[in-house]
Parts: sequence; C-alpha cells; structure tokens
Amino acid sequence: MKRIYSVLVENRAGVLCKVAGLFWRRCFNIDSLAVGETEDPRVSNMIIVSSGDQRTLEQIEKQLNKKLDVIKVKTFSERESINRELLLAKIRCSRSSRRDIIEICDIMDAKIVDMSKSLVTIQMCDTPERVQILLDALKGNSIVEIARTGTLALTRCGDNK
Amino acid sequence: MTGADAIIKSLQKEGVEYVFGYPGVAICPFYNSILGSGIRTVLVRQEQNAAHEASGYARISGKVGVAVVTSGPGATNLITGIATAFADSIPLVCITGQVESTIMGSDGFQEADISGACESFVKYSYIVRNPQDIPRIVKEAFHIASTGRKGPVLIDIPHDVQMARIERFDYPETVNLRTYKPTVEGHAVQIRKVKQELKRCKRPLVCAGGGVHLSGACEGIRTFIEKYNIPIVTTMMGLGAVPTDHPLCFGMVGNNGRPYGNRAMKEADMVIMVGARVADRSIREPDLVMEDTVLAHIDVDPAEIGKNAGPTIPLVGDIEHIFREFNREDLQEDFSDWANTLAGYREDFYARLAEEKAEQTEKAGMIHPADFVRMLSRSMEDDAVYVADVGQNQLWSCQNVIMREGRFLTSGGMGTMGYAVPAALGAKLAAPDRQVVAVCGDGGFQMNMMELATICQYEVPVKIAVLRNNTLGLVRQHQHFAYKDRYSMVDLTGSPNLEKIAEAYSIPYLHIGRASEAEAVIGEFLAGDRTVLLEVEIDPDATV
Repeated sequence: MKRIYSVLVENRAGVLCKVAGLFWRRCFNIDSLAVGETEDPRVSNMIIVSSGDQRTLEQIEKQLNKKLDVIKVKTFSERESINRELLLAKIRCSRSSRRDIIEICDIMDAKIVDMSKSLVTIQMCDTPERVQILLDALKGNSIVEIARTGTLALTRCGDNK
Repeated sequence: MTGADAIIKSLQKEGVEYVFGYPGVAICPFYNSILGSGIRTVLVRQEQNAAHEASGYARISGKVGVAVVTSGPGATNLITGIATAFADSIPLVCITGQVESTIMGSDGFQEADISGACESFVKYSYIVRNPQDIPRIVKEAFHIASTGRKGPVLIDIPHDVQMARIERFDYPETVNLRTYKPTVEGHAVQIRKVKQELKRCKRPLVCAGGGVHLSGACEGIRTFIEKYNIPIVTTMMGLGAVPTDHPLCFGMVGNNGRPYGNRAMKEADMVIMVGARVADRSIREPDLVMEDTVLAHIDVDPAEIGKNAGPTIPLVGDIEHIFREFNREDLQEDFSDWANTLAGYREDFYARLAEEKAEQTEKAGMIHPADFVRMLSRSMEDDAVYVADVGQNQLWSCQNVIMREGRFLTSGGMGTMGYAVPAALGAKLAAPDRQVVAVCGDGGFQMNMMELATICQYEVPVKIAVLRNNTLGLVRQHQHFAYKDRYSMVDLTGSPNLEKIAEAYSIPYLHIGRASEAEAVIGEFLAGDRTVLLEVEIDPDATV
C-alpha cells in the first residue's frame, strides 16, 4: 500500500537527518522525499511517500508524531491529493532522432528547455506516473543524466480539512 | 557569568543533587563551575557507568538522573548507558563537552558527533551554539526527560560556549514546546469502553510493565485488582507492581516467565496491558495470543499502542491518572473464580517443581541459584532494592525473587551486562536508608568491576553478590541447547580471585561454597549498612 505523509517540521539544522534516520532504523521505506520551506520560514514541509502494510503505515505516522521537531503529520492516499513531480532529463540527440524526441515531448506535454548540437534537456512537471511514462518512452534514446524532485503533494481542495 | 556557570545554576534550579561523570578538557569549564555549588559529584571509573549510576538514581528517586562527561571517547563511552536508559524509558539528562565551535566538523582532537551517534536512543538532543540559550535548553531537557514517556536527553556543549560570558540569567518558569504535549488524562470514552468490556468478560487479566513504576501507579493498580479480584501478571520491568506473594499475582510472563503466568495470558478473554511494550521476550506472537482476546492497551506513548499487537481499546495517557479514574466508581464484578483457577495452575507448578527438585541431587552440595535468590530476597528488608545484572543471574532473579514493598531493577530492554553494580550505587545514593543489593554473574561483574573504586571513594554501602560459575552461563546454556554443547567463547578462565579483589579495595568478603552454609552467610552479608562482596559458587551446568 502506498501512502503520502506531509510532515511539517521545525526548520532547524539536523531535522532532515532525524526524520530520514527514523525511516532507516525502523525499516520503513522511503519511496520519495521532497523538502521545502513553507509560507512560514521557521517551518519546512517534508513530503514523504512510503509503502508498507497497514500496521507499518500507522507506525510511520505515530513515530513521526513522536519526534520533537515534528509539528504536524498529515497523511493521505494518492487519490486524495494532487501529486506532482518535476523531471529534468538530458538526452543525447542526433539530427535523425530529434524529431522523434520532439514528438514524444508533444504527446507527453513535456518541454525542451535547453539544447546544443548533440544534447537536449527536457522538463516535465506531472504526476509521478506520467513522468515515468515519459522516461520509458525516452528509453530508446540515450539518457545522459536525469534529476527528479520526488513527489510533492497537497490534499485536494474539496477534501481540505 | 559564564556558560558553564549558567549550566550549574540551571541544574540547581532543577534541584539536582548528584552529577555522575568523568572530566576531560572539553568539560573542564563545567567541572570548574560546579565547585562550591552544593551539587555533589561522583567520579566514575568509566563513562558508561555514569549513565548507569544516574539511571539507578533516577529509578529510585523518581527524579531525573544527570551524567556529565567530556567530548570524544568520553561521550562515546556513555552511549551504552544512554541506550540502556532509553530502552527502559529512564529519565536522564546527559551533558557532553564538545570541542570548540570553530573546530567542530573538522575532526578535531577528541571530537565525536555525539548527538548524531545517539540520535536513535535519545528522546531529544541539543547542540548548544549560543550560551544565552542554556537556561531554556536545560529547562526543556529536564521537562522532556521526565514527562510523557520518559527517557534520556542529550545536551552537547562546545568548550567555547561553556567559557563564553553571558549577560543575564533568566531561568524560564514554564516550557513552551509547540511540538511536545504528552497526553496525561485518558480519554473518557475509552475509559468507559474498558469498564464496559470488564463487565462483559469472564476472565480478565492485568499485565503490568515498567511504565507502572515510571508513573507511580502501583498503588492504583493494586486497588483496582483487589476490588474485583482480577489476576495480574507482569513483564520483567513490571516486577514488584504487586508483592510477589500477593494471591492475585501470577508472576512474570514471557519465554523466561512462569508457565502459569503464560497460561493465564492464553486463557484470558480480556487483557489490560499497562505500560508494557509487548516486546518479543514477553509476548512472542502477540497476534496469536490476542486472537480471541479483548486487548485494552494503556500507555503514555501512543506509538507503543498497536506497534506489536492490535488493540481492541487503545487508551493513551498517564497510567496513574487512568487507574485513579478506573477506581472512582465501583462495578459489581468479581472474578475470584477465575483467579482461583489460576491459583490451581500455580499450585500444580510448584508441586511439580518440588518433585523435580527432590530428584535432583545438587552437585557437590552447591547451592542452586534459584534457592539462593529466594533465600537472599526473603531475608532482605521489606523495602530493599534488588538490582539484577544480565544473564542467567537475571533470569533466576526475576523468577524467584520475593518482593514485598521493594524494587527490582535490571536492564530489561537492552540487556546490558555490567548494569547491576553501577545502578545499585546510584540507587543507594538516592535512598541511603534502604538496603540495596546487586546480584550479578562473574561475567557481568568483570565488565564494570572498576566501579568498586567509586563505591569505596564515596563510601556507598551497597551489597554485591557474584554468582560464580567461571562461564558466561546464559550463552553457554544457549549453546548447550541450540548448538549441542559446542561451547564457544564462554570460558572465563583467567578471572581474578574475588577474595583478593575485595581485599585490594578493602571491602569485606564472604563466600558460599556449599548450600548448607548459605543461610548463615546470607545473614552476615545482609547485616549492617556496609559494602560487602559475596561470592556464591554455583554449578556451571545449572540452567534457567
């Protein structure tokens, strides 16, 4: 089972390490992790995607709540939230393959944000699933390097409590 | 005023009586400021013992224990003690000196990232960067250590922060932590649910863990079980929640517990789990045991509830508060029949035990360790503190100890060998009028034997019994059963002559070689408020 945790933490040195360490030593999975400041600079929001059985997912929430640097834990499923991930992918491209790449980008709603004679950089911001589809589609071309942000998530406006 | 002065002043504000520790350059400003403060210092002989002594002190005094050591190796030596306290939820504040702020991070001499290293076994940790923060941090540290689920808190203070001048010292009256508000009062709806289930069930059982002592709830629980004749079992950490000869007490559960206690657990249709972690050594397959049972789980730490066993009724809060709530009204329930059934199981067990014993001829007239524990604890004062080390001695102790109003201390969660002697020292300082007896094996004793010097230096009259079998008994026993007598790394040949060790420290020495002399020697061992080292020879083949 997949679960998303939105963890508001004190924006202090060492907090990321403490939270990540908790997952590591309690044998919880981290499928993805994204951290950024909130509207209040003293508070950061960590979006952690994890998976496991019901008991594990419950334990994750409880153990997070136990951390003294954690202000609030919200947890929701992918369906209850808007999920986005940003991908940057640098791809080798020759004259002959350029068309092909542009076509894939068009279909997937991705953008070419940089290019040289032999390389292009593609940017895509979409759900983690669609980002993966793009990556799979690009597999035929040689990927030089990629960078992904990990999932960002907010609960849907309708479900906001 | 310097940062170091501010720490001392903060400790005074917290009512600290004792600091257990070991100096080094990085903590010298602290030990300079402590002179003349009225806070008493205890120089241990290895830093790990500072934490154990603070732990023994905390468990008996009910206050926060304080250990203060230097940076680098001083701090890393402390880790085992911190982890031991964490596993048993013992409130400690541990202060470590640190290298200069400007050197931190550059692998300076005696630099260790102690807060990083301790992250998984402290409740919280601080690195002090600004000396002005000291009063707030110390105040918070004591608050965090001693409330909610108790535990150790670490404060790492660089040398220059201790030396720095501070303008003013204002000790905060209150703590304001937006992220930390432990639940004390139990939820009324959940409390009602427990009562309703109690009315519905036929065979309820209370299982008490270490949280019962930490919350000071023994009396409330005793009142509760006596009202309705509800049987009680304990985990190792819960021992002594009720006197061991209480008719409703059915001993310790778990793989080292008594069969009648475990049978009670299996046959109960409602288990009220109180301040217990449901850890593997007490309840091996919790889901199986709890399958058809109503489980009411009471703990101050919400994360413990549902961690190892899915509760029917989760109840978060301070145990003492919750039982006061339980005892407020009287229900019309009486479970004497069920208690009598269990008493039958208990009688059967002891009858069988007596038979088996009669068949056994004791080797060379040596005393059986179980008999020694019974004889010793029976002769101890009513409110005595019994500190068991780790290994066979611990299991013989917890199965056979006779307790009235006393306490039983041991390293239950971490199982740290060498805990008994330093913890007993700390316990005795917390309660100078109570008898304190440490019982260890010859393996564990040699791990922290150096603390005899501390005992002598501060004239702390603890009594130490060493069960000697020249082997690491519990591992040997495990190798006997699981590895078909292929003994590896358990032979303690080379151990010192304990009589000479006692003589070297000018401590009186006693010896039990034969069962026949035990009664008299135990009498002598317990007489008077003085340190004695008692060596008890036992059979290396004896198993628990």
